[in-house]
Order: sequence, then C-alpha cells, then structure tokens
Amino acid sequence: MTRTAVPTAPGRIAREAVSRLVGGGSGTVFALLILIFAVIFAINPSFAQPPSMLAFAKQAAPLVILAVGQYFVIVSGELDLSVGSLVGAQVVIAAKLIDGEESRTVPVILLMIAFGALVGLVNGLVTTVLRVPSIITTLGTMLVLYGAIRLWTGGAPTGALSEAFRRPGRGGIEDLPVIGQLPWALLIALAVGAAALALTRSPYGRTLIATGDNDTAAAFSGARVWRVRTTAFVLSSLLATAASILIGGFAGVTAQVGDGLEFMAITAVVLGGVVLGGGRGTVIAAMAGALTVEALFTLFNQLFLPSTIQPTVQGLIIIAAVGYAARQRSTRSP
Amino acid sequence: MNAPDPPLLRMSGIGKSFFGVNVLEGIDLDVRSGEVHALVGENGAGKSTLMKILAGVHPADTGHIELSGERVEFSHPVRAQQAGVSTVFQEFNLLPERTVAENVYLGREPVRRGRVNARGMADDTAGLLDELGITGISPHAAVRTLSVAQQQIVEVVKALSSDARIISMDEPTAALADHEVELLYRLVRRLRDRGMAVLYVSHRLKEIFDLCDRATVLKDGRRVDTVPISATTPTELIRMMVGRPISTFFPDPIEGTRPGPVRLEVAQGGNDRLDGIDMQVRGGEIVGLAGLQGSGRTEIAHALFGIARFTRGEVRVDGRRVALRSPTRAVREGIALVTEDRKTQGLALSQSVLANGRLVLDSVLPFRARSGARRLPGFFTSLELVARDTAQEVRFLSGGNQQKVVLAKWLATEPKIIVLDEPTRGIDVGAKRAVYTLIRELAAAGVAIVLISSELQEVIGLADRVLVLHDGRIFGELPAGASEEAVMSLATGSHNNGREVA
Repeated sequence: MTRTAVPTAPGRIAREAVSRLVGGGSGTVFALLILIFAVIFAINPSFAQPPSMLAFAKQAAPLVILAVGQYFVIVSGELDLSVGSLVGAQVVIAAKLIDGEESRTVPVILLMIAFGALVGLVNGLVTTVLRVPSIITTLGTMLVLYGAIRLWTGGAPTGALSEAFRRPGRGGIEDLPVIGQLPWALLIALAVGAAALALTRSPYGRTLIATGDNDTAAAFSGARVWRVRTTAFVLSSLLATAASILIGGFAGVTAQVGDGLEFMAITAVVLGGVVLGGGRGTVIAAMAGALTVEALFTLFNQLFLPSTIQPTVQGLIIIAAVGYAARQRSTRSP
Repeated sequence: MNAPDPPLLRMSGIGKSFFGVNVLEGIDLDVRSGEVHALVGENGAGKSTLMKILAGVHPADTGHIELSGERVEFSHPVRAQQAGVSTVFQEFNLLPERTVAENVYLGREPVRRGRVNARGMADDTAGLLDELGITGISPHAAVRTLSVAQQQIVEVVKALSSDARIISMDEPTAALADHEVELLYRLVRRLRDRGMAVLYVSHRLKEIFDLCDRATVLKDGRRVDTVPISATTPTELIRMMVGRPISTFFPDPIEGTRPGPVRLEVAQGGNDRLDGIDMQVRGGEIVGLAGLQGSGRTEIAHALFGIARFTRGEVRVDGRRVALRSPTRAVREGIALVTEDRKTQGLALSQSVLANGRLVLDSVLPFRARSGARRLPGFFTSLELVARDTAQEVRFLSGGNQQKVVLAKWLATEPKIIVLDEPTRGIDVGAKRAVYTLIRELAAAGVAIVLISSELQEVIGLADRVLVLHDGRIFGELPAGASEEAVMSLATGSHNNGREVA
C-alpha cells in the first residue's frame, strides 16, 4: 500500500492563507469593500486624498474594534448584544468621574477596564454556568446598563472628559508630510487587529473556534467550554471599553452615545462572512466587514441620503448576509 | 390457494439499503394474533431498521407488508398507526408537561361542541388502564411525574386507544429497574391475551425465554431462522445470532510486546449506571470490554474520562490515585478517549484536519501545542490519512479518514492509557486494518489499551483479556481467543454464575 503524505509544503501554506482569507464566505466582503470605495472615489475624487482616508480610518476605528470583540463571541457560538450599552455606560462613567480633572484620567480608565471586565464576566458566567442563552443574557445586560446609567445620571450625562482622555479618539501624530495627522485611533485599531489575529492562531483561539463549531467535541477533547466562552465575553467587553475611549474622545458625551452600536458590530461581523452559530469565519474578514459598513454609510453621505436610512439598510444587510452564507454553505456541502 | 387463517402481520422479502449498504435483505416475518414474537440479533443485525419499516418511518426498498392478508403501504408513521400498527420506541414520544390522558389522545382529542372533551378523555384513559390491570397511574398526572416504566405503560395505552392490533416494542426493558420488568411482563401477557400480536425486540435472552412464543433471528441483515421458543435453548439461539467463523483479519501482536506494570487500576468503581467495577490494565495490554448496548461499556469509558465519573471506588494511574473530575484532568493524567460517536463527540466538522488534530493540545496542553503539532504530519502519514491537505475541512473526508484524524489527535498527546469506544464503527475495511495495526503498535509501545466494541470478533481477535459487562457490572472475564458464544452467553445474562474464568 502506498503511504499518502498529506502535503504541507510552503507554497501550499501561502495559498492556504489566501484561500482562508478569501474563502469560507469571506471573499465577498473584500469585493464589496473595494466596490463601495470605487463608487465613493468616482463620486468624490478628493476622498482618495490621504487626509480624507485617514479621517475615515479614525471614524471607523471604534467599529473595527467592536467587530473584533463581537467576532470572538460569535465565532464561539454566542452573541453579545450588550456592547452598545456598555460603550454608552463607559463614556458616561468617564465624564462623570473625571469631571474635567486631568489627574483623574488614568485611574478612571483603569476603573473602566475593571468595569468592562466585570460586565463580560457576568455575561459569560450567566451564559455558560446558568445556561441562559446569550441572546437573552446580553439583552438583559444591555437593558440593565442602559437603565442604570440613566438612573445614575438622572437622564442627562453630567461632567466632562479630560483632554488626555480625548486624545486617543481625536489626536494623532501631527504634521507629517503628505498625510498630515496619523490618528492614534488608526494605530490602536491596527494594534487590536494584529493582536486579534495572533490570538486566533494561539491555542486559545483555536480552541475557541472549535468550541463554536462543536462544543461537545471540544469538551470531549478536554476543553473547558465554560472558560473558553466566558473569556470571549470578557474580551468583547474589554474591546468595547477600548472603543468607548475612542468614541468618547471623538464624539464627546451625549445621552445617545453607544446607541445601536451592538447591531452595527453584528452587521459588520456577519457581513464579513462569520457564521452565526459559530465555528466559521476569520477576524480579518470581520474587520473588513466593519470597514464596509462604515464605507457604506460614508457613501450614503456622499449621495446626500438621510442618515435615518441607516437602520433599514443594516437590517437588510444582516438578513441578506446570513441568507447568503446559509445558501452558500448548503450548496458547498457534499 | 388461500391459507385458512392468514397471520395478523406478514412481512415478505423486506429489503432496505442506506447509501448503498444493504441493511436488510429478503426478510420474511409472520406474527400471529395472540403471539409474542421475539426479534433477536446482535447490534447492527437490522432489528431496528425492520421495526422502523413496520412503523412507517422508513419505506422498504423491496418486499411488502400484509395485515390479515391485505397488502398495505406505510408511507408515513400515521398511516401505520391508522392501520393498527403501533410502535413503542426506546425514546418515548411523550410530552412531559401534559397529563397522561392528554398524551394518550394527543393529536386526536375527542371534541364536544368545539371544545376538547377533557372529562371523556380522562374517563376513557382510566378505562383502558383498568382493563390492563394497571393501578397507580392517574389520567390526570403529568407524564414527567411518572417513572420510566409507567411512561412506557402510557405509550402502550396510547397504542391501545388507537385500536392497535399489532404492537412492536424496541428493547422495552432497557431502561427499567428489575421490579419494573415484572410490570411490563404482566402488561405484555395481557396484550397477548386480548388477541394482539406483539413484536418484541430484546437483547436479553432471559426475557425472550420468559415471555415469547417464537423468535426470529436476524444476522447481518438476513433472517437466519424462526423457531418456537419451546423447541430451542439459549445456547442454540446465541449460536444462530453469532454463527460465523472468526476471520484471520486481525494482525498478530508485534514481536516483543510484553505486559508491563499495571497502568490503570479501577477498584470498586461505581456511579448511577455502574457498580462494583474492578479492572486492571497493564502497559502493553489490550483489555476488551464486551457487552450489549446499554450494558455499561460506554459508561466505563466516560467514567475513566471524567465525563460521567465514578462516584464510588477509586482509580489509579501508574499506582497513583487520581481524581478524574473532568476530561481536562483525564487528559492531564495521560488518558485518551476515542469516542463512539465520531461526528458529534469526536470532531469539529467545519474545522481543518490540522485544527482537529491540534484540538486536545490546544485546549489542554497549550504550552506543548506547538511542538506537538509538529509531529502531527508524521501521524497522518503513518495512519495513511487521505486528505487533500491539512487545511481541508474534516467534513469532506470519508468516515475512515475522519477516524484517522481523531486517532492522530490523541496520539499527539502521547497517552499512557487509551480507551477506544467502537473505533471501527462505520469505516471501511482498509481503515479498520489501519486501526488494528495502530492498536498493536500502541501496545508494543507500552500503552494500556481498553477496547470497546459491539463487533465481538474485533474484541476477541485483538484483546488479551475480555471483560464482559451486563447491567453495569462486570459479569465475567474471558481469556484471549474465547469463543463468541462464551461472550454472548455472559453478555445476555443467561449465565448467572457471576465472575467466571472459562
């Protein structure tokens, strides 16, 4: 009998990397992203200038970061609806506690990180240990945070953010030739993306994706499923905290901050071809999904469409993307 | 010429194949009114498929069914029910939160003035229970409050209320305690006395000799014979069920394989499914676990792997007492489990060959994952895995190649003890051979091996010793090369003399 070696040659690896990036229902998002930018550039050629592109990146960074967090939860087979409310809560907490005092910036940020981790831990443990479906757990957390913040602030946010707090969202490395400002937000988003990519290739990330695919098989392979999934929720909440710092800095404090962000993040991830129910899709595609959503809304701006059209379009995208993925998967099966 | 009295049920020439594999071929079966007819055979002989054809769950590919001489087609379970054929499956189709009466009349509730006639329904149910001489079940009780035996009675009453003439029961005692079995016996005898035909599927020879009038023996999808129970003996029935020579398909032990010190030791292990389990497995030794489905084979595997752990007794690995509280702990102790259900428990089907191969390393031994993963291609090669490349998703592989991925996943952890639960189920002959060779190689490397299989030949052909389980206990121990008859007679509980060494 001939011994059939399973090839793992270097040429293969490169091709694998490309096919993994583009395949599995994720290829479409890159094509869509390029198409939308082509249309934007055609309508408004000045948008292709580096400063406009960097401004776009600055604006899109928070959603990219949220999409990374949502990716970890979705690929593990769960859903996190609480991130929008958490972003809102964190910005309001920051404004109220900092109250314009520069010296409080760092302690308050540390407190926000602890609070974010706590919210993720609660989401994760309620879902895995108490076996409440995550859609219900995080819907509950979303309402609790939403209500608690309004109760605490009496309806309107008070206080003010410090200059140092606002720098990551607004500032950057200034006075560079050609491009002008290189936003911190872009650098942070790139760092998050790189770390996320490394994480998905780490033993934890591999276990997370396998758990999302088949948690029984993961458990029978020795994975502690509850710990794996809870960690994903904590990551999601911590990334939402990071996003809240950028959003607070970029847009300031309002009562509406964070509203609807959870659905934007889910739209982004789903658009990236990441399958609800877990186990399929890449974090790169999820980030590309976030950029695509932002690009689409930018395009609507260019076309002078009212911003109120956004929720409708998001709803259509979610349904179409999930339907497309389901169809593609059923035709791909043997 | 017409027979004077056609049997109540006649199945002739029934054949069925799934995905090109013949599961049943040319089965003839007659069941008369007032008869309890046993359907016996080893696991995989085709009993369940035949029952499902009778119940209208699967259509037969060939042959036909006659009821009282009239030909019928069951295109749907409801059609079978309407024709008077009811089936009580192992998993009950009862709604736990509804009452007994509501379950009995589910889907055909009596209606009076546009509303469900709840009282009439309850009264009729009570009448049927009375007729069967059943006490202690109220028509108003919620089904979830009943014991398993009582739920089974509700299933039977449900069948009766739809004027069933033929009732088939799939392993009805599998889930019952000893004292409940007696209740079932009484019920079956009453059904027989009412002139119904009962088709009784069971592994347990004692029940068949206690209860049945005739038995039809199936083997590998064919009918071996139909015999009156009064004219046969348990030994003969077993011979009919097994009846084949052991092939020389199994590789011999590798030169120099010697039992080493005891690696795995279980003393008086027990939980709610197992009791008094004593076993020792030496390094390099292959210990077979034989027994019928539900006898506790898989339960031992799960207990050793920390899934449904032993609540009594102790487990030692290399002489050291260990607490196998979870699969994670079991893996850390050097135990591997190849599960019986590859697709739901063994593999993440949408992930790549490599990801599945790394899964145990990634989830339990992350610091060894990188170095362990480097050795995977070697395992894939020596197992002769056929895949496009290591990035291919395992769902596209054949059953045999999927099993090789599962095996490679465990080899990568360098286990001291490996438990193989049905390692060759549903895989082709070539892959089987690869699995057998691997088992021999592991033994030569000093791994302690526990081999579970429904295929007796496999256990007998490979194991150094065979422990036979029955009802969650070790019923006997047989040396290498024991006959299938000896194993079966212990497994079916017809030898009741406890632990014996033949």
